[in-house]
Amino acid sequence: MELAKRQSTATRNSFLGRLRKDVFTNKYVYLMALPVIAYYVIFHYVPIGGLVIAFQNFNAFKGIFGSEWVGWMHYTDFWNSPYAFRVVRNTLLINIYQILFAFPAPILLALLLNEVRGRMFTRTIQTVSYMPHFISLVVICGIIVDFSQSEGVINDIIAFFGGERSNLLMQSDLFRTIFVSSGIWQEMGWGSIIYLAALSTVDPHLYEASSIDGAGRWRQLLHITIPALIPTITILLIMRVGHIMSEGFEKIILLYNPLTYETADVISSYVYRRGIQEANYSFGAAVGLFNSTINFIILIAVNNFSRKYLKESLW
Amino acid sequence: MLNRKGSLGEAAFDTFNYVLLTVIGIVCLYPMLHVLFASFSEPALLSRHSGLLFRPLGFSLVGYEVVLQNPNIWTGYLNTLFYVTVGTVLNVLMTALGAYALSRKNLMLKKPLAIMTVFTMYFGGGLIPNFLLVKNIGLYDTRLALIIPGLIATYNMIVMRAGFAAVPDGLEESAKIDGANDFTILFRIILPVAKATVAVIVLFYAVGHWNAWFNAVLYLQDRGLYPLQLLLREILIANSASGNTVESVAMNEDDRSLVYVLIKYCTIIVATVPILFIYPFCQKYFVKGVMLGSMKG
Repeated sequence: MELAKRQSTATRNSFLGRLRKDVFTNKYVYLMALPVIAYYVIFHYVPIGGLVIAFQNFNAFKGIFGSEWVGWMHYTDFWNSPYAFRVVRNTLLINIYQILFAFPAPILLALLLNEVRGRMFTRTIQTVSYMPHFISLVVICGIIVDFSQSEGVINDIIAFFGGERSNLLMQSDLFRTIFVSSGIWQEMGWGSIIYLAALSTVDPHLYEASSIDGAGRWRQLLHITIPALIPTITILLIMRVGHIMSEGFEKIILLYNPLTYETADVISSYVYRRGIQEANYSFGAAVGLFNSTINFIILIAVNNFSRKYLKESLW
Repeated sequence: MLNRKGSLGEAAFDTFNYVLLTVIGIVCLYPMLHVLFASFSEPALLSRHSGLLFRPLGFSLVGYEVVLQNPNIWTGYLNTLFYVTVGTVLNVLMTALGAYALSRKNLMLKKPLAIMTVFTMYFGGGLIPNFLLVKNIGLYDTRLALIIPGLIATYNMIVMRAGFAAVPDGLEESAKIDGANDFTILFRIILPVAKATVAVIVLFYAVGHWNAWFNAVLYLQDRGLYPLQLLLREILIANSASGNTVESVAMNEDDRSLVYVLIKYCTIIVATVPILFIYPFCQKYFVKGVMLGSMKG
């Protein structure tokens, strides 16, 4: 450490010198990077700086530099409101259900497809199952709304089996089920691509050797196929967990309504309603900052855990 | 896959597997088929029908007639085309510039640049500061508000950098000896050689613009700038366009409410067909795109 420090002070001048030389030799590259850097500064780092309004009573006319400072007031307000518990609980529950049910779905689909020998059949199922991924969220939600109406297809099926008709999207206890299951429907096929690609790199000799050793398909699945997927699963799981506080927000605001806020309102939809629709900018920014901070901490923790114990990490 | 021995258990497993996958395929496809069949149905038959549809009920184009006569739909279409084309061109240009800089091995500022961009994938200002920024710099209620703030998707830039890195160094070196500068190398050599990657990126951005709606909710007030998806939201989810969508065609009250049942289905088809039409052409790039994206920073 000490040595490195001394060396870096000693070479500071020559570092600048080297940089100047580097900029000169690569002047066109730096010229290209300039708009990119400007974009990131303006549209990513300025908003991060803009988060200071979370500690102000931001007034659009006075601006960030003229608005009064209020410290942690918005956080206290948030935590004392009846909504804090509700939105945090909903955010966590919806995401935990997604990780439990929606995350494994593409893995299972990939494993099933991998066991199929007919190429035509595999391709057909893949083509069909990717499709919902490309349909816009608005259309997907439009279909969900249409199918869930009391006169809709799902109710027709429920009625056929002797159930009661009702508008499924008006029932708060069904929201999470509808949300998660429609998500599985939309993304399962697309998500399976990456696992199938990982499986295609498995050396076929492994299967041959194991079948000579007397391993059946079940054993091959357990000892060859699944281990081959573990690195991919780990990386994708870290990325997924890193978004635990922010996934699914657009779909939620398309599907929820005041009757289902109790189970559907999440932190980000709450930020949208209070911050944008009611123009409480500072309050919205405060809750948003709380959300992304937790997100970031979870991501770092999970990544470090994984690097240490599973030897896989994002960085 | 391989020559595994066919025992009874394996046959049972195979059958079960085929049946299950077929069911999954049908479940994925059916909602779209339902909408397609409904959109061509006779309004009177459709409104009396309940349950699954396996073919159009009768045949009628009246829903499409109403939808395609609605001037809002056409404005939305043209706006969306603008956002998709102009947006995607600028996206790809900026992403390529960034990816090129990041793919230079000997660049001293490569690492800080990489950290600066990747960090934004995990932490950002969030909704409110972004909204205020767009307002303050005067993009609010302009078409550019849907293009400029999302110029680069960092994930796509990483995918593109991986594609660029796969271009053999020798090509660039020989071009350099021939006196090519970095702009020539990027636009005349790397982009053409890495065109599969570029195609994936174009696809991702274009589909993103086609399907985007939330930024339009945030940043647009002028209905004349609305993209198609925002009109779809009104028709499909807010149920608010029933009046002015149907009124453009002269008919009596009863017919109107019947046709309204159809309109949802027809607008879904009208808004989805272009994307599904390019889908088969892009399919061969999906795997490549997803795989490249899965590589670590």
